[in-house]
Amino acid sequence: MAKALDPHAAIVTEAGGLDEGGTLRTADGRPLRSALARSSRRARRRAFFLVLPLLLFVLITFVVPIGQMLQRSVKNEGFSANMPQLSAWFHDNPRGTEPDDAAWAALAADLTAAAQARTIGVVGTRINYDMPGTRSLFTSAGRQARGGIEPPYREAILEMDARWGNPRLWSVMREAASPYTANFYLAAVDRTRDDQGDIVSAPAQQQIYGKLFLRTFWLSLAITATTFLLGFPVAHLLATLPMRQSNLLMILVLLPFWTSLLVRTTAWIVLLQQQGVVNDVLVWLGVIGNNQRLQMIFNQTGTIIAMTHILLPFMILPLYSVMRTINPSYVRAARSLGATSWTAFRRIYFPQTLPGLGAGALLVFILAVGYYITPALVGGSSGQLISNMIAMHMTQTLNWSMAAALAALLLGGVLILYWVYDRLVGIDNLKLG
Amino acid sequence: MTADPGNDAFVVFDHVQKSYDGQTLVVKDLNLTIGKGEFLTMLGPSGSGKTTCLMMLAGFETATHGEIRLDGRNINDVPPHRRGIGMVFQNYALFPHMSVGENLSFPLEVRGMGKDERETRVTRALDMVQMGQFKNRRPAQLSGGQQQRIALARALVFDPKLVLMDEPLGALDKQLREHMQFEIKALHDRLGITVVYVTHDQGEALTMSDRIAVFNDGRIQQLAPPPVLYEQPENSFVAGFIGENNALRGTIEQLQGDKTLVRLGNGELIDATAVNIREVGQVTTVSIRPERVEFKPELMPAGAHTIEAQVRDVIYMGDILRARLHVAGQDDFVMKYRNTLGQVKLSPGQTIRIGWHPEDARALDPV
Repeated sequence: MAKALDPHAAIVTEAGGLDEGGTLRTADGRPLRSALARSSRRARRRAFFLVLPLLLFVLITFVVPIGQMLQRSVKNEGFSANMPQLSAWFHDNPRGTEPDDAAWAALAADLTAAAQARTIGVVGTRINYDMPGTRSLFTSAGRQARGGIEPPYREAILEMDARWGNPRLWSVMREAASPYTANFYLAAVDRTRDDQGDIVSAPAQQQIYGKLFLRTFWLSLAITATTFLLGFPVAHLLATLPMRQSNLLMILVLLPFWTSLLVRTTAWIVLLQQQGVVNDVLVWLGVIGNNQRLQMIFNQTGTIIAMTHILLPFMILPLYSVMRTINPSYVRAARSLGATSWTAFRRIYFPQTLPGLGAGALLVFILAVGYYITPALVGGSSGQLISNMIAMHMTQTLNWSMAAALAALLLGGVLILYWVYDRLVGIDNLKLG
Repeated sequence: MTADPGNDAFVVFDHVQKSYDGQTLVVKDLNLTIGKGEFLTMLGPSGSGKTTCLMMLAGFETATHGEIRLDGRNINDVPPHRRGIGMVFQNYALFPHMSVGENLSFPLEVRGMGKDERETRVTRALDMVQMGQFKNRRPAQLSGGQQQRIALARALVFDPKLVLMDEPLGALDKQLREHMQFEIKALHDRLGITVVYVTHDQGEALTMSDRIAVFNDGRIQQLAPPPVLYEQPENSFVAGFIGENNALRGTIEQLQGDKTLVRLGNGELIDATAVNIREVGQVTTVSIRPERVEFKPELMPAGAHTIEAQVRDVIYMGDILRARLHVAGQDDFVMKYRNTLGQVKLSPGQTIRIGWHPEDARALDPV
């Protein structure tokens, strides 16, 4: 066998040799490295201009809004901007200071100003986030303070409502006096602050997010597992059938993509509800009695079934694309070497599908974790996911900071999973198609 | 270790037929007996049914009709993993997610062999193909020739009695291919295994085999050792497929035993040996190997017919010279002669007379 020429030797010969410094030079004496950069600069610049529109699009529609949302999760000016004097007093006096006359005067002045500017509701909403039930305190105080409050302020304000003397309220207002706060993240992990400002567990009946996060991840895992169990054989069939038949089957797989999500989800309601097709058939077959009709929708079962159906193509397609490239001779070789068909599958075929499986599972899981519309429609109360809570905060309670904090935690969780996946499997092994 | 092919029937194809679609037969009535220790090559163009035969023997395809026996036992219903046949695939089929050592260990593992014994055998098999130091590499880190050796070692590591090879050298360059041909042949001789080898490369078949089965159109056209196949082809397909061949068309003028006179298209007469012709007046194709054509009168047999030929061109090929001649209205007649010192120089346009020994010209079925 002839020995291959050393490529470096060829370059040295081409480049006119080494100088004293050891750098390669071109025939006319310029350093090879800069000559190379120069020759490829034009092409690189053109390539950059080609991707520039997309880059700008992503920046404007993706990076900026996400950045703003993330900022919102730690920044809320509802109190600090509308109650400037009291905020200044909190700033000047350390925690633990009893509210003095100056503080009560500042409160009275700010209440009056906020009432006249009609921003007292915003202030109340902000305090209400940290201390539920206090919004009415601010709005009613605003109604009474619109004409101004006469000194002595402490007595006058306590006259309006004795709750103004609650030390917890003052602790919460102190927190809100700074526009930046971690309280939304604390709330998102079912923590709150006590009167001294220390972090404690929220009251049991307010602990909802932790359970919801757990349920979201658990349901997503279940959905990923079912898409794998259902999708793997289909992908294998697609990959092994002759092209004509596999194309036809592929259309069936892709059909869900071309149908409205809403239509598909509603179809599941029709099928799975208590008076629906599936229950009717089961009753007709005598499998269950008429009074034993199964509850398969508006609960977790419904969410799992409908989302598995919707996300199935995302599992099948990467698996299919990887399986298509696996030469059938591998399994044949294993069989000829003495492996049963099960051993050949387990030891030879399955390991080679892992890049596709990893890609499919990651895709399905990440999509499932953030899924909103299907659980909203078919989830009932037990099938709701964290995204439904985010949507509720966005559209109903209008607590955008809370929504942003929950979304940021979700994003963080997905990124951690992505990192774990990278460590375990390696992102290079991902094959999406 | 060349076995006498007739004396024992290690592998038997008994009236085997195969159809994929129920309309056409890919293998038409195959009868073949392979002796123990024999190196048998199935040679033929693509689509001739040779790979199908190999796959039926390996157990990946079922025979539509007939019986396949291995060591006296009918294996029609034995699944591939119970046949104990080693196989080398065209693309090597080395498991990409396993190291070389794991690849070799796999067949031993599935046979439930202990760890120590596996280690010993894997090392021995790797040493056998001079790949001992590559045990921990991945197949993707090896060159084509190295992968080929590993595939060979893997097919041999569990000591199969029979090894099947499906165009194993197809992906290698010429030099490496010739080297590997030599190595496979040496391994076969050393281990005494039976090898069934499929190829479409006739050079490979000629250099390696004890016997060659030439396949075409789902049938064995001729089954013979390489020299017989080359020198005494039994029909025009074999004559044309193996080696370079001149085919002259004519009709039978005289027939005496296996001696015959053939009249060519331009009226000239030539001597030939009758192979598969029956009567005078029949149309025939006479097959003559280019290196058996003589153009010097002193080298031709006495009394043989000679015919006129016009030199079209001469190609210098180093060890030999290759002249293209115009003979009896045909422009594709080739003559090869040795490039010796003082060899007669032929030039284009020159008219010569050519002839041959009657045994070298075989009157076969018309093409």
